[in-house]
Amino acid sequence: MSALNSTVAGFLTEVDAATTETNPVLNISIFLAFVAVTLVIVIRAGRNNRTAADYYTGGRSFTGPQNGFAIAGDYLSAASFLGIIGAIAVNGYDGFLYSIGFLVAWLVALLLVAELMRNTGKFTMADVLSFRLAQRPVRVAAATTTLAVCFFYLLAQMAGAGGLVSLLLGINDRLGQSIVVTVVGALMILYVLIGGMKGTTWVQIVKAFLLIIGAGAMTVWVLVINGFNLSTLLDSAVANSTSTPADAILAPGLQYGGNPLDFISLAIALVLGTAGLPHVLMRFYTVPTAREARRSVVWAIFLIGAFYLFTLVLGFGAAAMVGADTIMAAPGGVNSAAPLLSLALGGPLLLGFISAIAFATILAVVAGLTITAATSFAHDIYASVIKKGKGSPDGEVKIARRTVVVIGILAIAGGIGVQGQNIAFLVALAFAVAASANLPTILYSLFWRGFTTRGALWSMYGGLGSAMLLIVFSPVFSGTPTSMFGEGVDFALYPLNNPGIVSIPLGFLLGWVGSLTSTRKEDPKLAAEMAVRSLTGFGAEKASDH
Amino acid sequence: MTDSLKDAGAQDSIDYVDFENSDRFVHLKRTRRRFVVPLVIFFLVWYFGYVLVAAYLPDVMARPVWGSFNLGLLLGLGQFVTTFAITIWYVAFSNRTLDPLGAELRAELEQKVHA
Repeated sequence: MSALNSTVAGFLTEVDAATTETNPVLNISIFLAFVAVTLVIVIRAGRNNRTAADYYTGGRSFTGPQNGFAIAGDYLSAASFLGIIGAIAVNGYDGFLYSIGFLVAWLVALLLVAELMRNTGKFTMADVLSFRLAQRPVRVAAATTTLAVCFFYLLAQMAGAGGLVSLLLGINDRLGQSIVVTVVGALMILYVLIGGMKGTTWVQIVKAFLLIIGAGAMTVWVLVINGFNLSTLLDSAVANSTSTPADAILAPGLQYGGNPLDFISLAIALVLGTAGLPHVLMRFYTVPTAREARRSVVWAIFLIGAFYLFTLVLGFGAAAMVGADTIMAAPGGVNSAAPLLSLALGGPLLLGFISAIAFATILAVVAGLTITAATSFAHDIYASVIKKGKGSPDGEVKIARRTVVVIGILAIAGGIGVQGQNIAFLVALAFAVAASANLPTILYSLFWRGFTTRGALWSMYGGLGSAMLLIVFSPVFSGTPTSMFGEGVDFALYPLNNPGIVSIPLGFLLGWVGSLTSTRKEDPKLAAEMAVRSLTGFGAEKASDH
Repeated sequence: MTDSLKDAGAQDSIDYVDFENSDRFVHLKRTRRRFVVPLVIFFLVWYFGYVLVAAYLPDVMARPVWGSFNLGLLLGLGQFVTTFAITIWYVAFSNRTLDPLGAELRAELEQKVHA
């Protein structure tokens, strides 16, 4: 603690000396240092990638705490870091509601999913879902929803990278932003290609460590300024507030007051989506046992929980020290709250450090999404469906590597294409699809004996289709000034921005109805085997030893 | 290593249907379910209850508790506390009760394969 205090004191003296301007050269240098360090780690990690298990799961050799950090690194995206702090700074309490949904969601993963998935699966979500059902159709469906979720999430991150640049590096023109998106995409391809899951995991661990240290230090700093009195901090946020009445930022309603149903829809998607996110599920395969999978979720819950507590202080800190007006006027808008707060606290040096962390965040998350999507394509579609399980593992990894390049290029093209578009809905859509298409099938196959192939297919395609359809016919696409097609075009038949409140119950309902009307008899022996293996860990994939 | 869809081989000799109906496996399954299901119901009701109050009764949330610190912040931080507490409780229960039961059954299955 005393060491931390002296660091804080050190920073404080620098504030006086520092000019309060952004320094692109400094920002880029700190980011390049991060890239250099992680690249060395990735190259070293990539040396042992021999088998499919090495490439997809890092040989299942990570410990619970390591994987917990990696999960936090995978989960705390730029939307969490920049988006939530910004939302709290501008909309007050309503931003905090995101944090709570994102955290409580982990209890679903801990209590119902993580250990059982680890015990029954090998590389992908589809391994578990197709265990006792018809292999090919279920695998194709699970791979489809996996690719859809990864793609929506990936696009959101890449677009975020472009927006971040305009703020941090002072690059405002389209060409400059496109170049940065290309650099981020190229780095991601390089990391995943060379390092596989092991390299990706280490990038996530390093990033999670930096992110939590950085956010933690800023939190302590803000608290020091406010005499460790939360009420003082809230008072100064209110004093600087632009809302009417000024203390409206302390209670819910500023962002969602006009449409509580929309907020409930979002809350359902957040809490049920996490345990259906394929890149989160895949992380459970990187540890040697179910017990380690449990430990990793516990570490993740504490790291993520601590981080979200920091965001509360940082968000109100930004409201107090920077002000909602300044934040909204800055390039990058809401997303600029955290960087501007770091500038106000520690000057250009801290801004450079926080900016580098934000880039590292995007890089680590896109790498995790890419390896998940590539694994799902190579393992579920290429090896199991196209090669019908008869291809060689080497061939499968080769396909996975090629898929990485294809996905990387698609992500770069998509990221450049959506520059300047309001695509914040993509993250919410990814959660909604995960909750409506993936979670029902995961829970049914783990806990309901009567679940059938038809139920799985109806639930997955129905959940995916309804979530996407509702988004297209929502105010996100048309009918309001902030819509993608503007106010002039109006085909918004669905009144909410988030499809979850309809599509998630629909996904559960379709799985149930499909199973009841099913004519195909599922194998009771496989169901018994799955039940026994999921609870005892018998026959679970072991760590590879080298 | 063939990357087939499922692990074939020695494990086929085990009668899983029979094993699943054995008393000790049923005991493990029930013990886990009895612990997990009430907790899941509790945290979902508590979370959605909180969400409903935040959505429809923002004035209740705005009630001050201590200085500018209001009921909404208190309940929100309460969600963090219960999440951490449930996590710790579940891990303790798993380590103490579920893991030994599972390990025993796993050892028994492994014996069957090698027999």
